[in-house]
Amino acid sequence: MTRPSTENDYAERMVEIRHEEGLHMRPAMQFVDCANNFESQISVQKDTQIVDAKSIMQVTMLAATRGTILKCTARGRDAREAVETLAKILEEGIPPDKGQEKSKEKGPKPP
Amino acid sequence: MEIIKGIGVSPGVAICTAVVIDAEEYRVPRRSVPPGQIRKEVQRLRQALLDATREVTNLQITQADLWDSRIKDIFAVHLHFLRDRTLRGQIADLIKKEKFTAEYAVSVILRDVARHFSQTPDTYISERVSDIYDIERRLLRHLIGSRREDLEHLTEPVVVVAHDLTPTQTAAFDKKYINGIATNAGGRTSHTAIVARSLGIPAVVALNEATAKAAAGDTVIVDGDRGTFVVNPDVQTVKEYQRYADAFIEHEHELDELVHLPAVTKDGQKITLLGNIEFPYEAEIALQKGGEGVGLYRTEYLYLDADHEPTEEDHYQAYMETLRRLGHGQITIRTVDLGADKFTQQRRISPERNPFLGLRSIRYCLQNLPLFTRQIRAILRASVHGEVKILFPLVTNLMELRQAKWIVANIKEDLEEQGIEYDDGIPIGIMIETPAAALTADDLADEVDFFSIGTNDLIQYTLAVDRVNENVAWLYSPGHPAVLQLIKRIYQSAKRAKIDVTVCGEMASEIEYVPILLGLGLTTLSLAPPRIPEIKKVVRSVTMAQCRRLARKALSFDTDKQTINLIRSEMESILGKG
Repeated sequence: MTRPSTENDYAERMVEIRHEEGLHMRPAMQFVDCANNFESQISVQKDTQIVDAKSIMQVTMLAATRGTILKCTARGRDAREAVETLAKILEEGIPPDKGQEKSKEKGPKPP
Repeated sequence: MEIIKGIGVSPGVAICTAVVIDAEEYRVPRRSVPPGQIRKEVQRLRQALLDATREVTNLQITQADLWDSRIKDIFAVHLHFLRDRTLRGQIADLIKKEKFTAEYAVSVILRDVARHFSQTPDTYISERVSDIYDIERRLLRHLIGSRREDLEHLTEPVVVVAHDLTPTQTAAFDKKYINGIATNAGGRTSHTAIVARSLGIPAVVALNEATAKAAAGDTVIVDGDRGTFVVNPDVQTVKEYQRYADAFIEHEHELDELVHLPAVTKDGQKITLLGNIEFPYEAEIALQKGGEGVGLYRTEYLYLDADHEPTEEDHYQAYMETLRRLGHGQITIRTVDLGADKFTQQRRISPERNPFLGLRSIRYCLQNLPLFTRQIRAILRASVHGEVKILFPLVTNLMELRQAKWIVANIKEDLEEQGIEYDDGIPIGIMIETPAAALTADDLADEVDFFSIGTNDLIQYTLAVDRVNENVAWLYSPGHPAVLQLIKRIYQSAKRAKIDVTVCGEMASEIEYVPILLGLGLTTLSLAPPRIPEIKKVVRSVTMAQCRRLARKALSFDTDKQTINLIRSEMESILGKG
């Protein structure tokens, strides 16, 4: 993330949502959390609707279901990495062990 | 001039300037602020977001291993929205651009989001609308809750006009300046009514449109006796009410003379009059008004009034202060009767569909043992400093009672081990406030030291009437034959088991019903302290023979109308003579 090269300033990619639930609340939260880890400005576009990838409100408002094609764009130092990571999330869904916060899983299991 | 009819729930007359507050959480009026106040509104928004975030985070922590992951997700959704910079920016921009109040801006933006959600064909997303409303409500609670400052910093007398008042709001009342209360919602036994009576503030409720008719700064009249609310009265009307108000004060003074006289019927039956209180300072008022102690100490305020859950020490300090103010005399502490209110509902994901039949009172306590334990420990510790009794609310079966008693026994053992003093013989009683408890009172009586009849809930559950619902409130009647028969039965069970029985509902403070209660055999009444003199006057005006005859007749009637007519005519002649 510390490579200061100019070619990383802008990145975009078309992605098809493969996640079974689409961008429902839980996947959307994970998506937004991930986006917030990047410095770049990131946006997601569905048809003519362009929203901020870091805003849960806006991402949920896209109501993007499985099969929707989204355009993911990022501008900033870590633009390319951001787009790649987010695209991966949309395409592959979030692996269950990665998406959950591990610390919480340590709590006692319900009977 | 406009006159609106409502229900008078606390006697007296107030003629004053109106302060209109928006306690209604779901409809925030469009209201703008002067340009100079915009920064303050943005600051209020920020604070509310901060408070709401902290609140949800706390809930998430305390319930981390209690609930399933779907529920954890909901907390997470709330947190994500509360932290959403775009959302926060939109609300702040609206405040700045349109000069809206923070609450109105929150409402506009979140409703917009909700509308957007609900129009989505994807049902999963459209169902998330309820989350958005929930977030809106949470923010509004913080914003409007903080509005009580308006009521805290009064410098002149006012009448408070509101949709309804929450315990948080009434707890902040400064009696010196609040001369009257008028609300759109409510009934005789709603929260506002109880608090108004206990503070001795004239109040009219169920006005439907009080907040629509009265604007801040209008002169208004609250007539708590006749249940009327007058907006912008003419000079003549003000004069009439002024005369009436003066006469009322005179009557009060007359009653004050009864304070030091015993509560004894004409034929010598001693009646014990106690006070129902919610705040420690009211113990003093109970004594001043001629009460002999506290028959019902409601402890919900410890929860509803504070921004944190009360600790054992908070409980203990409140009980000790009450005992101190009481000086002598008995005090019956009811364990928290929470449910369907701010405290429990904020801890829920979705409101209960039927909260009065839901997780409330003793049920809530038995499912939240750490909370229950803190209170019981505090009561036991206080029990060595006075004549303290424990009262469990809403017991509906023997198992609940046994479980609660078992918990008390366990805590006693803990205290014993820790070398902390308590009264081992502390009396334990239960509220009889459901038909189930009334009908099985024989069995329950064998396992408790006393009964307390909570007529408000007993009537509500027996007649299946929500006493706060204006549309059916008229069906709520203490004179209903079913209610009278249950009370008689409860008394007989108590008598058979030789245990004490107190009546602590509103019924015990109503002139018409007190003679019937006496006639049914009940000789201990616990009521709002300001009502004690009036009821003492009734007690001193009747004979037990009269009361027994009245009760017998009332029990033979098949409609409450007959009972009410009988009492009205009898009481007129009795009090006329007395």
